[in-house]
Amino acid sequence: MAAPKKGRSASAQSKPGRSLVLILIAIVGLTAGMFASGHTTPRLGIDLAGGTSITLKAKSDQGSAINKANMDTAVEIMNRRVNGLGVSEAEVQTQGNDNIIVNIPKGTNSEKAREQVGTTAKLYFRPVLAQEATGSAAASPSASSSASPSGSSSASPSPSASASGTGEKATSSSSPSASATSQGRAVTDALKADSTPSASAGASSSASPSASASGGAAVTADDAALQAKYAALDCSKESVRASAGDGVKPADATVACGEIDKVWYKYLLGPAAVDGTEVDKAQAIFDTQGAAGWQVNMTFTKQGGKKFADITGKLAQNTQPQNEFGIVLDGNVVSSPYVSSSITGGQAQISGSFEQEEAQGLANMLSYGALPLSFEEQSVTTVTAALGGDQLHAGLLAGAIGLLLVVIYLVAYYRGLAMIALASLLVSAALTYVLMALLGPAIGFALNLPAVCGAIVAIGITADSFIVYFERVRDEIREGRTLRPAVERAWPRARRTILVSDFVSFLAAAVLFIVTVGKVQGFAFTLGLTTVLDVVVVFFFTKPLMTLIARRKFFASGHKWSGLDPKSLGAQPPLRRTRRPGGPAAGPVETKEA
Amino acid sequence: MSKLGNLGARLHRGEISYDFIGHRKLWYGISILITITAIVGLAVRGLNMGIDFQGGAVFTTEKTSVSVSQAEEYAKSASGHDAVVQKLGNGTLRIQIAGMDIKQSNQIKDDLAADFKADPETITAELVGPSWGEQIASKAWQGLAIFMVLVVIYLAIAFEWRMAIAALVALIHDITITVGIYALVGFEVTPGTVIGLLTILGYSLYDTVVVFDSLKEQTKDLTKQTRFTYSEIANRSINGTLVRSINTTVVALLPVAGLLFIGGGFLGAGTLNDISLSLFVGLAAGAYSSIFIATPLVADLKEREPQIKALKKRVLAKRAQASAEEAPAPHRGDDIYGDEPEDAEAAVVGPRNQPASRGRGRGRPSGKRR
Repeated sequence: MAAPKKGRSASAQSKPGRSLVLILIAIVGLTAGMFASGHTTPRLGIDLAGGTSITLKAKSDQGSAINKANMDTAVEIMNRRVNGLGVSEAEVQTQGNDNIIVNIPKGTNSEKAREQVGTTAKLYFRPVLAQEATGSAAASPSASSSASPSGSSSASPSPSASASGTGEKATSSSSPSASATSQGRAVTDALKADSTPSASAGASSSASPSASASGGAAVTADDAALQAKYAALDCSKESVRASAGDGVKPADATVACGEIDKVWYKYLLGPAAVDGTEVDKAQAIFDTQGAAGWQVNMTFTKQGGKKFADITGKLAQNTQPQNEFGIVLDGNVVSSPYVSSSITGGQAQISGSFEQEEAQGLANMLSYGALPLSFEEQSVTTVTAALGGDQLHAGLLAGAIGLLLVVIYLVAYYRGLAMIALASLLVSAALTYVLMALLGPAIGFALNLPAVCGAIVAIGITADSFIVYFERVRDEIREGRTLRPAVERAWPRARRTILVSDFVSFLAAAVLFIVTVGKVQGFAFTLGLTTVLDVVVVFFFTKPLMTLIARRKFFASGHKWSGLDPKSLGAQPPLRRTRRPGGPAAGPVETKEA
Repeated sequence: MSKLGNLGARLHRGEISYDFIGHRKLWYGISILITITAIVGLAVRGLNMGIDFQGGAVFTTEKTSVSVSQAEEYAKSASGHDAVVQKLGNGTLRIQIAGMDIKQSNQIKDDLAADFKADPETITAELVGPSWGEQIASKAWQGLAIFMVLVVIYLAIAFEWRMAIAALVALIHDITITVGIYALVGFEVTPGTVIGLLTILGYSLYDTVVVFDSLKEQTKDLTKQTRFTYSEIANRSINGTLVRSINTTVVALLPVAGLLFIGGGFLGAGTLNDISLSLFVGLAAGAYSSIFIATPLVADLKEREPQIKALKKRVLAKRAQASAEEAPAPHRGDDIYGDEPEDAEAAVVGPRNQPASRGRGRGRPSGKRR
């Protein structure tokens, strides 16, 4: 707390105007942005505004049982997914034994939310036994984009799949595959566009030296029933697609559909090699070094990593398409990267010609997609607010009355200084409101009633900062200083106190935000926001305003109504100074009463 | 106004003060009594957990003309619990009531049917799981635990470990009192309550940290002087920040009181009431604990330190000497402020870290010790 040097107050006085203008510009700019975006009110949570309610029923035809543990896991995963950043206040809860209700506040994209909670079910990595386009199949799949996982060890910027024009493979890797499984191979080859990396034929060829593809994971491809099913599968029909993989246990081979660059492919898939729950996390990242563009990085759990190493080791020895594995979500193949070598270490990348959104979507599914159960949508309906508007209105009314009481108290106690406090509170309130309104569309922030109450309490925390500062200033005046030096001297110490205590508040907010989900996370966000705004307002508004006001005669001369009257503050008489007119006369009168 | 202003000035100069540290045993006693009451209340009555924590029953009606608020009343009188009623898009009502089992829910279903003048068959009843309570609340506790550890580390670094411990004790004290009130009064615990509780944590610590900051500042050069013991300076720093404490507490409590009495009074018990009650109790307890519990506790812990003990000995010895030389002073021991004017004649005030040169040694009462 270096005491301000003598010259400091002079130099500091050139700044206050600048900070005030700065914060004014910020407010005006943000407000303009708010009106420009058309979202002039904060989005309200489901308890205040109502929203959409989706009822999901667990399907019993899957391998895992519908029990409480699985339902709870599903709730948690859905919560994560539907709440995104954790501020949208969506509610997820179980109902009965096999239902999950998802309540989404008004203003959320409910279509997208339905997709997220409804279609996100079971995730498996299955080896591809055969693959074929449907619909306009024979047409050369011009831009197919199967992705290629390359072990994190393999530094090569990836044999990322880029399409070749024709179906016929010319690369070395594909030619040996001619001897693969009997069925459908010709077609398969024709389609293996994904595997002819135009840029890196060499890389892929090195990866598949073992010619005979029939071994490895191609286990049950001979199963006649399955073959028939595969032959009959027409992935160009949506109804067929939806039910293609129904009722299959993870340990059985299956058929499935998948869309790659707008072309539907059908797949014959082996038993699940890795379960989606064995993906620890997945992230979409942009490869800035290589030219791979968007890719998805996966980290497996310990067990998952082992299994993944096994399966990739086997697959790598195969030829197209049997060196691919299908990432199967809800019976659909969302991606079928090929493998060029065994991937150990529990980490893998999927690269390909992803759009950013695709990559993020895939990463999301990999991270949160592994619901232990699958669900079907039972009903989607709008719901009214859980609390009713009267609660909000009463809350706002009470808040306004409370604020009025605060104003009366501050004016009674701080007189003129109260104006600075009020102006600061108003600036703080304006910033909070505008930011909340803007964060609604930006990150899905929604305000619920508890958060409104929290914001009302934040008045106290914000006012605390001013009071700490004011009391410091008044203490300085009590010690006989005139206002200008008092304002400057009080600041460094008040500043430290404010920063230390705000840091504690912010720490609480940050920890809660990181650790928790749902409502508590939304609250933590609000708390963190108001704490940061408190610091901003005190530094860039209150302090500069005090500096300015210290120059005003009304305050500097210690007018009776300024709140800084040395006499009524009981200041010590100045020692030998005469700067403060009228000060000493009555100063010490009360000193002796104790 | 000037009365309070004067009070501030006189507190600032140390002319008047309340001996918080000296009477600490009294306040410890009061706190322990309250805490015991709270714990007993918690143990005997337990908390009345809302549907989000313990699950409950969800009733779905046929399309009905009964209004939401009417349904809320019906549900409450039928079950004795607060109910959450929502109108669904197709005109039916969804009524959620906490803490029901199947038997009770059938009974309530019949009651509701009678209230709604509807066939019980048209009302479906299902139990909902305590998903919020089991998942999100447990995470909130987890977050709380991590926060406490981090904040203790932070305070131990920024201040010192004794203050960290005292702040933690004060924090736990506040939570216990708030939770105890909930148990004793029997208010339903909702997610809003939990959020209110978390708000209190931040506020309580904020308050404590402000007092500690002043304490740290004033005790910086403590061992270089022989006029005051640690406890005395701690007491002075409480008194010095007392006006701030009162002001900020009033400013924080007024809006909450508005919420509690006006909002709750108009609307009867509701979510608003729940949240503001937990906030009100917690904020008041937070202000109380930072003054009456946290700081005295720091002083207690500090006085065990050899350095500080030695200081106290020196201070007392000096005082004894002084009083032997002069007329016996009226006050002794902890209540130092009785002899404040006499002390003030002395030239040097130790703990001050402000440049005091201008006021020092001029033979006037120096009010500058902050």
